[in-house]
Amino acid sequence: MRVAENLNSALHELLARDPKAYLLGEDVLDPYGGAFKITRGLSTRFPDRVLATPISESGITGLAAGLALCGDTAVVEIMFGDFAALAFDQITNFAAKSVTMYGARVPMRLIVRCPTGGGRGYGPTHSQSLQKHFIGVPGLAVYEMSALHDNHTVLAAMVESAQPCVFFEDKVLYTRQMRLSDDLFVSDMVGDVARVYVDEPERADCVIIAPGGVADRALVAMRRLFLERELACCLLVPSRLYPFDVEPLLPTLRGARGVVVAEESTAGGTWGAEVAHQIHHHLWSGLRRPVALAHSADSVIPTAAHLERRVLLQESTIHASVLKVLDDR
Amino acid sequence: MTAPAEVATVSRERADLDLLLLIRHFELALLDLFARGELNGTTHTCLGQEYVPVALTPLLVAEDHVFSNHRGHGHYLARFRDPEGLLAEIMGREGAVCSGVGGSQHILRDRYLSTGVQGESLPVAAGAALHLRGSGALACVYIGDGTWGEGSVYEALNLASLWNLPLLVVVENNGIAQSTPIARQLAGTIRDRAHAFAIRHHEITSTHIPDIRAQIGPLIESVRTDSRPLVLEFATHRLGPHSKGDDTRPASLVRGLPDWYRDLSGADGFTEADRAARELVAGIVREVAARPLSRWSACA
Ligand SMILES: Cc1ncc(C[n+]2csc(CCOP(=O)(O)OP(=O)(O)O)c2C)c(N)n1
Repeated sequence: MRVAENLNSALHELLARDPKAYLLGEDVLDPYGGAFKITRGLSTRFPDRVLATPISESGITGLAAGLALCGDTAVVEIMFGDFAALAFDQITNFAAKSVTMYGARVPMRLIVRCPTGGGRGYGPTHSQSLQKHFIGVPGLAVYEMSALHDNHTVLAAMVESAQPCVFFEDKVLYTRQMRLSDDLFVSDMVGDVARVYVDEPERADCVIIAPGGVADRALVAMRRLFLERELACCLLVPSRLYPFDVEPLLPTLRGARGVVVAEESTAGGTWGAEVAHQIHHHLWSGLRRPVALAHSADSVIPTAAHLERRVLLQESTIHASVLKVLDDR
Repeated sequence: MTAPAEVATVSRERADLDLLLLIRHFELALLDLFARGELNGTTHTCLGQEYVPVALTPLLVAEDHVFSNHRGHGHYLARFRDPEGLLAEIMGREGAVCSGVGGSQHILRDRYLSTGVQGESLPVAAGAALHLRGSGALACVYIGDGTWGEGSVYEALNLASLWNLPLLVVVENNGIAQSTPIARQLAGTIRDRAHAFAIRHHEITSTHIPDIRAQIGPLIESVRTDSRPLVLEFATHRLGPHSKGDDTRPASLVRGLPDWYRDLSGADGFTEADRAARELVAGIVREVAARPLSRWSACA
């Protein structure tokens, strides 16, 4: 099953299970079914609760927060995650704040879905990975879709948390299959973190931490490192990026000679920097060298494919970062 | 013997026709390139709406700022008649207007700018209008009907009216936004929304360019001289998909929509002009596709 179908089915289940759940977004109605076809079939099945909205990202996110305030569950589809910037105020200053700023906890079941990332030539305003801008907001959780996490479970966890969540969905995953893409590796779960390795995950040369959108690029790098240099890497793919819970991962991290955090975000103030800080905090005395960060260049994301490739994090970026962090010279 | 004024009219009409056809064939060529897998990313063609920027062309001057949107190829071609530079931008080839960084919907050249986030450019255009106020130049901003959903549009209209800004808002109301018909996304009317801010509004249903110019020429002049905003709403039709292959409307409905191309096809010299434009664009496509990839110094 493709990731898009899995997500679609998870949304079907969410709306079917919860008669007070709504889905709102631009062009989400059948037969169009959303710009990336994720909402296909939903409006036909739940016509009163799947609403196609005007082009009003701030307004619809605020409206969804209003539903959440009244005890409903609201899922908002932002057509391109870049436009979550228009809803930033409603997400950070209203929805997330409301959970705690009135002195007693206010449950807010709100999921803001953001198709994210580049690699498709959509240009500077339609290709960004804005995760980092939503990190560190009290009351707000940041999740990322992955082919190793069943979206039924992920959406259920977000609803269960009763706090606003921004869900980043790397667009390149939609057409990909829901499983590990390379049978050189095996995988297991450490809490909600998928762990991918050859064998002995707690004795890997290098641990790579990467969210779902980057996991495939990490796996390609890992395959090359293993076959060409006999370096065993262990990949950790978290579902929830923030708050990031490093403690369950310490046994895996402790055994490694190096740690790399990889993400597609452009340089500066990244999620990886936050993760690295936590690892440093817990493992500083035992680390052979600082956690390395791999990300896209400090640049807008160009439209033309040959320029876009040079800006965005590639498999080769991760490959080089691993070699560098393991270089003992 | 033909009088000089008449010669001028005839050559103006011919120039309009050539520009209309250039835009039409440019857009058709893009859809064809996409279908053949020779373009990546996305594009939004203005098929059916070409006459809007063509009608405006002689009414705008080089000092005016133009803010375009995602459906901007016609706006650009009408201002610069530079199909090579635009195609190179879209194909990421040498000679690209913005080095291939911006692509179809992010273009800056002189006083022309487009960007891909809906509604964003209205306040920016109001800022340019404030800069220009009193100079006789104006800021012209294109906007679709769907984009009236964005709050920034109203913040800009309020500012423009309060501060008497020479802001010309050109609405291309094609009755649909991506897959959403206007009845599902716009309450009330654009006219009433403009009037709510005490901004003049004029609706144009004609597709006849001289007729359109006669209607809007004096209004645009007064934006300059009286420094007051104006909303021009064109009732127009999108004859192509929103981007590529994503039209949810029945083909028969789309075929029945008004099309200047069909209306003009009987006119004197149309067939020759049409062929010439098609061949011109085909030649440009061949030439640009053979160019080396664009270079961008920030990547060096
Ligand atoms: C803020 C924002 N939201 C959504 C989009 C995606 N989008 C691009 S064009 C478009 C429809 C615009 O409709 P309209 O304003 O009527 O212009 P038209 O496409 O009909 O020319 C949408 C939703 C966007 N580019 N920016």
